[in-house]
Amino acid sequence: MYDFAYHKPSSVADAVALLGDSEAKALAGGQTFIPVLKQRLNKPSAVVDLSGLGLSGITVTATTVTIGATTTHITVANSAEVKKAIPGLANLASWIGDVAVRYRGTIGGSLANNDPTACYPSAALALGATIKTNTREIAADDFFQGMFTTALEPGEIIVSVSFPIPQASAYEKFRNPASRYAMVGVFVAKTASGVRVAVTGASQGGVFRHTAFETALSANFSAGALDGIATPADGLNSDIHGSAAYRAHLVGVMAKRAVAAAA
Amino acid sequence: MPQVTLTVNGKTASVEVEGRTLLVEVLRDKLGLTGTHVGCDTSQCGACVVHVDGKAVKSCTMLALQANGSSVTTIEGLAAADGTLHPMQEAFRENHALQCGFCTPGMVMSAIDIVTTHPQGLTEAEIRHLLEGNLCRCTGYHNIVKAVAAAWPVMHGKEAVAAE
Repeated sequence: MYDFAYHKPSSVADAVALLGDSEAKALAGGQTFIPVLKQRLNKPSAVVDLSGLGLSGITVTATTVTIGATTTHITVANSAEVKKAIPGLANLASWIGDVAVRYRGTIGGSLANNDPTACYPSAALALGATIKTNTREIAADDFFQGMFTTALEPGEIIVSVSFPIPQASAYEKFRNPASRYAMVGVFVAKTASGVRVAVTGASQGGVFRHTAFETALSANFSAGALDGIATPADGLNSDIHGSAAYRAHLVGVMAKRAVAAAA
Repeated sequence: MPQVTLTVNGKTASVEVEGRTLLVEVLRDKLGLTGTHVGCDTSQCGACVVHVDGKAVKSCTMLALQANGSSVTTIEGLAAADGTLHPMQEAFRENHALQCGFCTPGMVMSAIDIVTTHPQGLTEAEIRHLLEGNLCRCTGYHNIVKAVAAAWPVMHGKEAVAAE
C-alpha cells in the first residue's frame, strides 16, 4: 500500500479538522478499508483513526436502541440488551464476516462505506434508523444514495445510530460461499405503523426497500403472504456467483425465511 | 518515523514504523516472529490471526499504529517456558489437526479465542461456524474441529470425555 500519515485524534472536533484535508480518509475498524489500501485502490495522504473518539457503546431505552459509531460487530452481537430489544439486529451482527472481522469492524464504518453487499445498511433502512453525525441527524431513507454513496458530506463523521424498537424483526442472508458477504440479505421489521423490508447484496444500486413485500406483509405478516409476488431482476447484480434472475429469486426466499424467523 | 510500542508475548518492543506498516509486518519482519503467517494478503484466510488485547484479529488487516500500546500474543507465546504445549496445541497434535501446517498458527489462535469465549460449551456446528474465518487447504477441517472440541474441557478445567 502507499504510505500515509497516521493520526489518532481524541476528539470529534480534532478528527473533523484533520479530515478537512480532502486527501485524508477516516479509519474505523478497517476491515474493508485496509484491504482497499493494500490493493492500492485508494491513496490517502492521511488516515484518521476514529477509535480514540469515545464513540463506542450501546444505550437502550423503552423505544430506541442507540449504538455508538465505533461499536464493533461482536459487541452488538453479544449485547444482552440488543438481543432482547431488537433480536434481528443482534443476529445480523453475529454473522458479519468472521470472528476476527467482528472484533474489529464497526457499525459506523459499515454504514459510511455503504458497500452494496454489507449487512448493516439493510437493518438501518428496514428499521427506519436515524444516523447522527457531528453536524446533523439523517434518516436512513435519505442516507443511502447508491453503491458506496451516502448523504455524508466530506469530513462528516457518524457519531451514533438510533434504531426504533420494532414489534418483531429478523435478518436472513444467502452468503457468498467463499467470502461470506451477502449475495442477498433481507431485513424484515414489523412495527406499529406497518412492515418494512430492506434488501442488501442484490442490487447494483445498493440497499433498497421492497415495497411490494411491505404492502403484502403489512396486510398479513406471514411467509405465505409473499407467494406469487415477483421481484424484478432489472438492476440486480449479475456475476459469476449468480445471475440477476437468481438473485431476484433469492430475495423472495430470504424474505420468507426472515418473516418466518420474526413471526 | 512514528514509533510503535507493543507488549509481544510478555516482552515490551518498541520499533519504528511507517503509517502503512501492518501489524503482521512488525511481528514478522521487525521482531522475527515468523510463526504468524501471511496466507492470502486479502484478509480472507486467517493465517495471520494473533491476539490483540485478548481478541483474535487478523494482523494483516490492522495497522501497526492501531495496535500501539496493546498486548499481542502470537503462536510463539503459547507454549510454556519448559516447552509444554498449550492445551490447544496439544489437541492439534493429538488429533492430527494439521498436514502442511501453514494455516495452523492462525487456526490455533482463533481456536483458543473460540473456546475461551464459550465457557458454556460448544457444539460441533458452532465450532465450524466460528472457524469460518480460517481457511485450511489440506485437512478438510474435520480433525481441526475435533481438536477444538477436545481442547475445550482441558482449557475449562473439566475432565475430558474419552474420544470414541
